[in-house]
Amino acid sequence: MAEYSALSLLKNALSGNRDWKPAWRKPDPKPRYDVIVIGGGGHGLATAYYLAAEHGITNVAVLEKGWLGSGNIGRNTTIVRSNYLLPESLRFYEFSMKLWENLSHELNYNVMFSQRGVLNLAHSPGQADAFIRRGNAMRHGGVDAEWLTPQEIARKVPGLDTSGSARFPIAGGLLQPRAGTARHDAVAWGYARAADRRGVDLIENCEVTGFLRDGDQITGVSTTRGDIRAKKVALAVAGSTSRVLQRAGIERFPIESHVLQAFVSEAIKPFVNCVVTFGAGHLYMSQSDKGGLVFGGSLDFYNSYAQRGNLPAAEDVMSEICAMFPAVARLRLLRSWGGVMDMSMDGSPIITRGPLPGLYLNCGWCYGGFKATPASGYSFAWTIARDEPHAINAPFTLSRFERGAAIDETGHGPTPKLH
Amino acid sequence: MSPRRTRTGGLIDRARTIRFTFDGESYTGHAGDTLASALLANGVSLAGRSFKYHRPRGVFSAGIDEPNVLVTLLREGVREPNIPATQIEIYDGLRAESQNRFPSLAWDLGAVNQLGGRLIGAGFYYKTFMGPVIGPLKGTRFWMMCEHFIRCAAGLGRADYEADPSRYERVNAFCDVLVVGGGIAGLMAAEAAAKAGKRVILAEQEPQTGGFARWSDETLDGKPAHQWVAELTERLTRFDTVRLLPRTAVWGYYDGNTLAALERVHDHVARTPKGHARQRHWTIRARDVVLATGALERPIVFPGNDRPGVMLAGATRRYATEFGVLPGNRTIFFTNNDSAYEAAVAIKRAGGHIAAIVDVRPRIGDAATALATEAGVVPLTGRAVAGTKGSRALSGALVQAFDAETGRLSGEARPLECDSLAVSGGWQPVLHLASQAGAKPVWDEDKQAFLPPEPAQRWTGAGAFLGKFSSADALASGRDAGLKCAGKRPSRARLPEIAPEALNPAPAPVLEIRGRGKAFVDFQHDVTADDVRLAHREGFVSVEHLKRYTTLGMATDQGKTSNVPGLAIMAAARGITIPEAGTTRFRPPYSPVAIGALAAERYGDLKPERFTPMHDWHVEHGAEMTPAGLWHRPLVYASAGETVEQAYIREAAAVRRSVGIVDVSTLGKIAVKGPDAATFLDRVYTNTFSTLKVGKARYGLMLREDGIAFDDGTTWRLGETDFLMTTTTANAGAVMQHLEYCLDVLWPDLRVHLTSVTDQWAGAAIAGPQARAVLERCVTGTKVDNETLPFMGIVHGQIDGALVMICRLSFSGERAYEVYCGAGHGQHVWEALMEAGEPFDITPYGMEALGALRIEKGHVTGAEIDGRTTARDLYLDWMLSKKKPFIGSGLMDRPALIDRNRLRLVGIVSLDGQKLGGGAHLVERGSSDEPGESIGHVTAYCYSPALQKYIGLALVRGGKARHGTRVLLSDPLRRRFGQVEVVSHHFFDPDGERMHG
Amino acid sequence: MLIDCPHCGPRDLAEFSYQGDATRTRPDPASTDTKAWLDYVYNRPNPAGLHREYWQHAGGCRAHLVVERDTLTHEIRSVAFARSADSGDAA
Repeated sequence: MAEYSALSLLKNALSGNRDWKPAWRKPDPKPRYDVIVIGGGGHGLATAYYLAAEHGITNVAVLEKGWLGSGNIGRNTTIVRSNYLLPESLRFYEFSMKLWENLSHELNYNVMFSQRGVLNLAHSPGQADAFIRRGNAMRHGGVDAEWLTPQEIARKVPGLDTSGSARFPIAGGLLQPRAGTARHDAVAWGYARAADRRGVDLIENCEVTGFLRDGDQITGVSTTRGDIRAKKVALAVAGSTSRVLQRAGIERFPIESHVLQAFVSEAIKPFVNCVVTFGAGHLYMSQSDKGGLVFGGSLDFYNSYAQRGNLPAAEDVMSEICAMFPAVARLRLLRSWGGVMDMSMDGSPIITRGPLPGLYLNCGWCYGGFKATPASGYSFAWTIARDEPHAINAPFTLSRFERGAAIDETGHGPTPKLH
Repeated sequence: MSPRRTRTGGLIDRARTIRFTFDGESYTGHAGDTLASALLANGVSLAGRSFKYHRPRGVFSAGIDEPNVLVTLLREGVREPNIPATQIEIYDGLRAESQNRFPSLAWDLGAVNQLGGRLIGAGFYYKTFMGPVIGPLKGTRFWMMCEHFIRCAAGLGRADYEADPSRYERVNAFCDVLVVGGGIAGLMAAEAAAKAGKRVILAEQEPQTGGFARWSDETLDGKPAHQWVAELTERLTRFDTVRLLPRTAVWGYYDGNTLAALERVHDHVARTPKGHARQRHWTIRARDVVLATGALERPIVFPGNDRPGVMLAGATRRYATEFGVLPGNRTIFFTNNDSAYEAAVAIKRAGGHIAAIVDVRPRIGDAATALATEAGVVPLTGRAVAGTKGSRALSGALVQAFDAETGRLSGEARPLECDSLAVSGGWQPVLHLASQAGAKPVWDEDKQAFLPPEPAQRWTGAGAFLGKFSSADALASGRDAGLKCAGKRPSRARLPEIAPEALNPAPAPVLEIRGRGKAFVDFQHDVTADDVRLAHREGFVSVEHLKRYTTLGMATDQGKTSNVPGLAIMAAARGITIPEAGTTRFRPPYSPVAIGALAAERYGDLKPERFTPMHDWHVEHGAEMTPAGLWHRPLVYASAGETVEQAYIREAAAVRRSVGIVDVSTLGKIAVKGPDAATFLDRVYTNTFSTLKVGKARYGLMLREDGIAFDDGTTWRLGETDFLMTTTTANAGAVMQHLEYCLDVLWPDLRVHLTSVTDQWAGAAIAGPQARAVLERCVTGTKVDNETLPFMGIVHGQIDGALVMICRLSFSGERAYEVYCGAGHGQHVWEALMEAGEPFDITPYGMEALGALRIEKGHVTGAEIDGRTTARDLYLDWMLSKKKPFIGSGLMDRPALIDRNRLRLVGIVSLDGQKLGGGAHLVERGSSDEPGESIGHVTAYCYSPALQKYIGLALVRGGKARHGTRVLLSDPLRRRFGQVEVVSHHFFDPDGERMHG
Repeated sequence: MLIDCPHCGPRDLAEFSYQGDATRTRPDPASTDTKAWLDYVYNRPNPAGLHREYWQHAGGCRAHLVVERDTLTHEIRSVAFARSADSGDAA
């Protein structure tokens, strides 16, 4: 298959764009694979790609019940950052950040990772201290972080209400310059195409309905397109983890599914040049390359698999964005949508072997799965290939709850909706 | 006289002339015009530029579906971008600007993009701009450089940074029946429901009800249809139980039949009256909903179909009939269905000239033929428009023989002169709300349209929404829908008389003419038919992939005109049917909504503010206030020229030297009462409260179920079954909810009642060696000596006539008392305390001094109880009762929670005489370049007036084991590095002699 | 979403605070069975379909309610006071 480049674009333009080939094949499932990855979202596709690229395991199928990228990879607000507090999280997300920085080249697909910076606004002295603590943790972990004064913030982000008379005046801001946004769909498609080129079978419209077992051992899956056997079965179905695990007989699991809404305004000329988050509530906003302001806030705060939210959560988000950028009140909301989040009990993911022999688990991403995609795929592939975790995912076990080693970035404890 | 305005006719008020400007040029129109109709009347055909190729565009529709002419309104001193000209009612002084062009609409540099045509087709950006793998532009740099230019070229209108000066309102409404759409069907439904005694709200997005009847030229009960609907509307206004909401778009269908609507209250007048809302956000909870949202016309996709002058056929009809505006001097109609013939007749009647009717169908019915005759033309059947001529305005169309079966053009293309081309590809019911309500539309092969699904919530469809496009159907289905919502069966009573529908409602299944040149599917995002086929070629064949890869349907019109043609082209490419190709799920909002309107009253007033009863006093006495959650609290009371640091040091020193007073009203306060109150407290606190004597207080600690520290505070036993619990300010709400959960869910058998009394009590803490002396000077009704009021004792008395409750407890380590009184007496008691303290130079102190005093004592607060620390981490193990279980005791001993190497509480002392900093980290070794591995962090710091040093509290790996060692403070964010000594967190008076004395 | 509070009548979602799964059983307070505590604190059935859950009418009577709601459609089947509900999280 041809490399994508400016030259290939030109050549194809001259032939009327008639010679482009499908970005990936549409194979029928084979009866047997070395590894089956359930879930054709970002994490599943990345896992398949790294299995092939890093471990030479190419006899791999990715099973997707809908279309590739139909889960949260296509419904998020596209923020990429590694501005975490706890060392376990910092190591993991910074590893991801480094993969992001070369991802377009690695995949030969422009995922449009734009390092325009993520700025977290603090609105009280206490919050400023907490953010500085996090920023310093980043610096000690080798991650870029800067503290901006309200004056520096006013210069960097025009339109922000930086006045002292704001309801929650800005006390300062934590900036991660290397953070930014990427084009979410392109990440799914880039991994899909790159995995396909290495021989991975990407099978759409193929829902897993059950697991094949030999005693406790998982030996494959039954699907809407027939039984498929595999030595190893890996789950990357964040949002539906509990549902799929129930088909393997695991009835209770430390995850709740919640709906999170996201919003986009009508497209306007460049308005804001970095990602900004509002600390006196919960809001994150950036502007897409097309010009729409992309933003989101808190969960709707109830269990849901419906991919649709309700008005109160939407109204909260709108009131916060107007408090942050009073000019935005005049702009118009174009579209809203909902995604189903795997909310874990400490706000951190689970990437591990088990809980059954032959089964591997990647779940619990809460709001934060998009930025994790490369590291998640990388470390999950490592875990599947070697039957032991990579250093970056070693702390993200299921047994951490048993040991009391929760990785709780927000300090909210086992109340999933608060993470 | 405007060049395209008819001499007579239309529903505009020709007596009223209205002046407005577009791109700085002055124009006139009439009352009743939209900006689009007024521009057309003035012969302005070029009115916009497209998103990607910057192609010249003109008005394409007459309603909410307008993809081309979006303008920026300049109003109330701010810019409002991307408003469809078809949705703007003109008023005197209206100022609008075209968008996405530089330097002008006529001469737009961005049009150079058209040269790149094939190079910049769908998804081109995924394949390039990746840049070099080495050198200065490696990584993401090259892309970001390209992206800069892409971003400047993209976007539509320009917003400014000025705050929106408007007010927005929010209204909650309840009704039996919400009728969405005020056309014939909606009006009939509303009347039927209202007659049956139902409370009805009818929302119509246009300024007037009537919909299609306003421009259909039909006769109802012998009256012009527009007059008939006006009379019916008038009748509806006479019902007390009916509320009509014009200019109100219902845009969201949420759970439990909750619908969201936006009323554009004052956008149609020059100025919103002072204090009034520009727009109103309605949340309507309806028992039943009637969806009478009508249908939108679809275009046919053919080469050159975007030239200014090409317009939907139904739109030309509306402009001619409702606004008295002709679309051009010579109009060609191009259609796959009969409805365009009615439009042609309407143009003819309004005085226009029909150059031709081109119909893809080989044969047409008698009714259509008769209409063609009336329009003065012989229809060119079996033919199609295969191209257009002109640049910034249409000058002609190329007509060619066409086989609707095979979709092929043949023979010579014949040029026909025209300056207006009216296109109809049939009609698609507006199903957005039904789709939002949670069900999938169903394809109807005969009507070539998606029809409503089975309802997933309580709604009933009516009129064109059901795919019934005649007015006769609208009358009947509207009335039935209204009756159904009223729980009644369909009526057989006489309906208003109307000529029967003779036209064939089924269009030919032709939505694209394939020829040479760009044929647009999504006008606003410049997605062409070839882009759809490219997506197919590259495997992006599912509807969602198509949409995401090409951006089809994602512009501000959300695919209202492009959705079905795009699907048809993809289905054809895949060799499958349209329903097999699928349909996307519609998401709110149906039409764009001002973000400020959704924020409504909270725009400019985000969250409630909480003030303590003494707030005014603090402000009058020079306090600098700081936010603490929703509260405002004094930070310091700085005197002239004093810095914050100087002020808090002075305040804290005064407490240690003599006496100070601080407002503690913000502490959470919960009355815990009932026979089982003590048992209850034993279960929620780690320590025991059942042994507490009446008239005494005790410090308590709560854990979460997972064994992590949750909150602390004192609880006072006021009576055998009567406790007053205090919580931290930050956790007041969370603790209350936690306790309520415990009682309702865990232990419903306990006889305990909880009341939040935070706002009922004002509190002042008096601290310092002279604190008792101050109280002695003002408290009556009780003694306050050490015997009557020992440490942790409680007394009741009065201060200057106000009842007070005094508890002797200390956060500062000094002899101290918390004085509580009814909130209404707060300032009075505070002033009395100030007066009593005068001889001792009593000093009011704020949060900073409060913090300094507690740091000196090593008391923990939210910075240390941060949701990750255990009681042991904070050396509060002594509070964990071994005699009874409590919340958190089940899991608090898990191995990782009792690891000695956890981050644990210590004190630190600055060894270089410089400030520490909250959030600074501690390392064993490191430098500013290589910060080294963090072993902990500073949670709080201050200058200690008692120790005359900068000190702090920190959570450090290993905790106590490090006492007496030196570590480095590392604060790379603020570039502060220095040496500190690790010490006990009890800096000052560790044995508590001062507070017990 | 509207929740029909048995005390206050049908009220909007915005008045309620979600309090999570209502099928968990808290171990005996004195229990030292860590596994039982872990299961209670961390594990959830999280069904796609009918879900028994607690909601507190925080902006109203403040009672905790047991609501049966479909997590696929958000349709509410039943609402009762938590105190009078027959099963669930009683110690």
